Amino acid sequence: MLTVTRDLLKYDGRFRVAFVFLVIIVIMALLTVVSPYDPKKTFMVPQDLPPSLEHPFGTNSRGQDLFWWMAFAVRNSLMLGIICAIVSRIIAIFVGMVAGYRGGVIDRILMSINDSFVVLPVLPILILLSFLLRGKMSLWMLGVLLGLFGWPWDGRLIRSQVLSLKERAFTRTAVYSGTTPLLITMREHLPFVLPVVFATTINNLLWSIGMEVTLSVLGLSDVTLPTIGTAIYRANQHQALVAGVWWWLGAPILIAVLLFLGLYLLFSSVNEFIDPRTRLRRIGA
Amino acid sequence: MSLLKMEDVRAYYRTEVYGISRSVRAVDGVSMELHKNEIYGVAGESSCGKTTLIKVISGTVKPPLRIESGSIHYNFGAFQMDMRKIDAEEMRQNVRWKEISYVMQGSMSVLNPVRKIIRSFEDIVGTHQGIPDKKAFQEQMRGHVMKLGLPPDVLNLYPHQLSGGMRQRVAIALATVFNPSLIIADEPTTALDVVVQRGVLHMLKDIQAESANTVLLVTHDLAVHANVADRVGIMYAGRIVEEGPTQVIFQAPRHPYTEHLINSLPMIGDKTVKKSLGGAPPNLADPPSGCRFHPRCPLAMDRCRTETPEMIMLSERHRVACHLVEEGRA
Amino acid sequence: MSANEKLLDVDHVTVSFHIGNFLAGGQLVAVNDVTFALYAGKPEIYSIAGESGSGKTTLANVLLHDLEPTEGKVTFEGRDLSTIKSRRDFMKFMSQVQPVFQNPFETFSPLRRVEEYLIETAIQFGRAKNRRDAAKVADEALHQVGLSLAEVSRRYPHELSGGQIQRVSVARALIPNPRLILADEPVSMVDASLRMAIVNLFKKLRDEQKVSVIYITHDLATAYYISDRIAIMLRGVVVESGPVENVLGNPLHPYTQLLQESVPKPAASEREQWAQHIELGSTEVREYGRLGCKYAGRCPHVMDVCKTEVPPEQEVEGRTLRCFLYHDGAMPETAVSVQTGNLETA
Repeated sequence: MLTVTRDLLKYDGRFRVAFVFLVIIVIMALLTVVSPYDPKKTFMVPQDLPPSLEHPFGTNSRGQDLFWWMAFAVRNSLMLGIICAIVSRIIAIFVGMVAGYRGGVIDRILMSINDSFVVLPVLPILILLSFLLRGKMSLWMLGVLLGLFGWPWDGRLIRSQVLSLKERAFTRTAVYSGTTPLLITMREHLPFVLPVVFATTINNLLWSIGMEVTLSVLGLSDVTLPTIGTAIYRANQHQALVAGVWWWLGAPILIAVLLFLGLYLLFSSVNEFIDPRTRLRRIGA
Repeated sequence: MSLLKMEDVRAYYRTEVYGISRSVRAVDGVSMELHKNEIYGVAGESSCGKTTLIKVISGTVKPPLRIESGSIHYNFGAFQMDMRKIDAEEMRQNVRWKEISYVMQGSMSVLNPVRKIIRSFEDIVGTHQGIPDKKAFQEQMRGHVMKLGLPPDVLNLYPHQLSGGMRQRVAIALATVFNPSLIIADEPTTALDVVVQRGVLHMLKDIQAESANTVLLVTHDLAVHANVADRVGIMYAGRIVEEGPTQVIFQAPRHPYTEHLINSLPMIGDKTVKKSLGGAPPNLADPPSGCRFHPRCPLAMDRCRTETPEMIMLSERHRVACHLVEEGRA
Repeated sequence: MSANEKLLDVDHVTVSFHIGNFLAGGQLVAVNDVTFALYAGKPEIYSIAGESGSGKTTLANVLLHDLEPTEGKVTFEGRDLSTIKSRRDFMKFMSQVQPVFQNPFETFSPLRRVEEYLIETAIQFGRAKNRRDAAKVADEALHQVGLSLAEVSRRYPHELSGGQIQRVSVARALIPNPRLILADEPVSMVDASLRMAIVNLFKKLRDEQKVSVIYITHDLATAYYISDRIAIMLRGVVVESGPVENVLGNPLHPYTQLLQESVPKPAASEREQWAQHIELGSTEVREYGRLGCKYAGRCPHVMDVCKTEVPPEQEVEGRTLRCFLYHDGAMPETAVSVQTGNLETA
């Protein structure tokens, strides 16, 4: 792992930038452990102070230090993304690989389920669910829900990869070496599927955090919980821009840009690195 | 009469990926001459450098491939050309397809799968000459194709409607539209069945006999060379190790590698045991020192490990690069 | 099994595919009524030779139990292949019949070390219980093909030459101690200087290890070199089969003759025959759909009966032949020789 990171840092500019951005984000998330302020409490510091040394992101109209508030926001948003990513990866890989390798009836059933999920309009359903669960939608619940919606594109992608891998001679060699079908999927096919999984994971993170922001901006999630989305929601609620408190909106937007750009550049550079074709060039083929 | 004269040409691939830099010495000191009115066969296995040699000869050298040194001079009769100095525009206007054309393995590189064959002809001629009168052009192409023994209706079909052999023959028709001085055929029949191969090679021979031009036939199949080529050059690890008239190469090969290749050819009617060569074709990024064949040569001497053998003229048309031959030991 | 019993019995096997779509399609008969047998007491190299589209690879897939025949039956060591359904039965079958594939660089995953496959084979087929023992078994197998574990250890496929990989592929196939190896064009993608090593290896397997080999190829020269018997396939039909000296040394079927003449030969004395011109047609797919003899469209000696009836199998001069020219003991008056490859155009 370390050599990979070192190689990428040395040779890929995109990775360097992504690395910097994401390290900032992760540090912010980790700093929540030593936060001097409880994000749920209000009016702990003077309101509407512009960014300064003491308050790097300024303070908002509710008397909260924005820097420390955003640290919690970042942590929560990341956690949400990760929960969603894990849930959806597991489903996508399972569905994609089983459908691809087994084929036949199982494939048809799984793909029908898959395609049904693809056509579901996720945002309206989430909005509806948020209304129904008003206030009781915790972070975990939202993460799992997003995971349950976020797998079908990738499921189909993985399946098509497995379909083509099945036709390759080395799959037959594995069969005649006595390898069980499950092991064939894991040992022969997974290494080819992994770049796809990795790429789609990052996409998935982007999607889920984006979804969360959308829902929160509309005020449909738990607004007492600090997330990037609720930060914007709060700022809008208090008409921050009109009041001239631009840093209230600026902070979450800056963080969002860092996060999304960082993730995207990471996706780009690591994907190329992991791709079996460049991997071969590196090994020296 | 000399069509092409190459002297000590070196062409390397230089790549750098994630910090690993490699230099593949695909053509490493090749000097050869192509005469007018002959079929010259280049024989060699995979990674002997023949594909790169073709790129050098046809002027399609692009990064990461670079010609490091050497000279490449053409004499087309009407004009001369220095391959290393000519610019891309002049290449396209006067040389490519008009003086030098090619037939590749698999016709996919010249036949557009989504267009009718006649359109591929239009594309090629249009790019290199222009088509003032479409109707006259189509008549001309029908005539050209018929002269080569192909049914003229082939022009109105799509590539996938034809068999592999037919596509290859159409590719040859395409390559001869301007009656070029040099036709480069790179493994033109390798993927084809033996009967079809026979027909395609006959066509190539007939074309060469009639227009008296030069054909450079590159293939690993020695039996094909025996039946088609006038002269054969054996390539190994980026160098030519032996070259001579076909008869001489097959009846009295001098280089150990050539000897092995010829003696190990299986033949119908012959069940005598054939031996194989140990080792493997060398890695061009890190070739053996001295004579590149020495790790696999059953007669290698100490000198072979350190000194690169120079070409010796055994007769006016037969040359070999081997220390053993030089010292009279083989 | 006693010496006279059949190791492999292929009995009137036919494989047809439905091609085209719902509205417009037809049957493509890829393997057409093929019958032959290999005997337990006599390990041999049996070649199946033909051009592309001859059905030889489809037949190989049937023999590997990868495909079910539409008609007919394949029996291996007395057991009908169609009764092999459970994984246990299939493993037992695979321990006796192993494949060697054509493309050395696709046979093993480019992302895995080649020795992994040998180790896996050793463990799965009960020749070793752990990795260490499996490594010993792998080393033994590699020695049989002229390599050693030390040479290929920790190597990826692209670090080996095509010839070496094919040898590793054969070594892997030998680990379960099979009775039969099915090699599908094993040397067509291997360099000329390394080819004979693999080909000689098959001879050694037959002579020393008593393993039979079915050698699928389009290269008649190597087929002649190593085969005991050979079957020539055209569009799914075996047109001529028998001892290779007879079939290729003195071919009787006009198609076999055409094939044999079209192989370019290095010997100067034989070049003139190859130089005789032939005509090629534009489409060959229609030959599949022919009633009667598949070669009728281009045979220079075609008769009316050839176009409508399928020539039956007959024993003629020490080989099996499907050709009306020799029907009921008839021998053509003039030697059937110089060919044209003329196809009637669609």
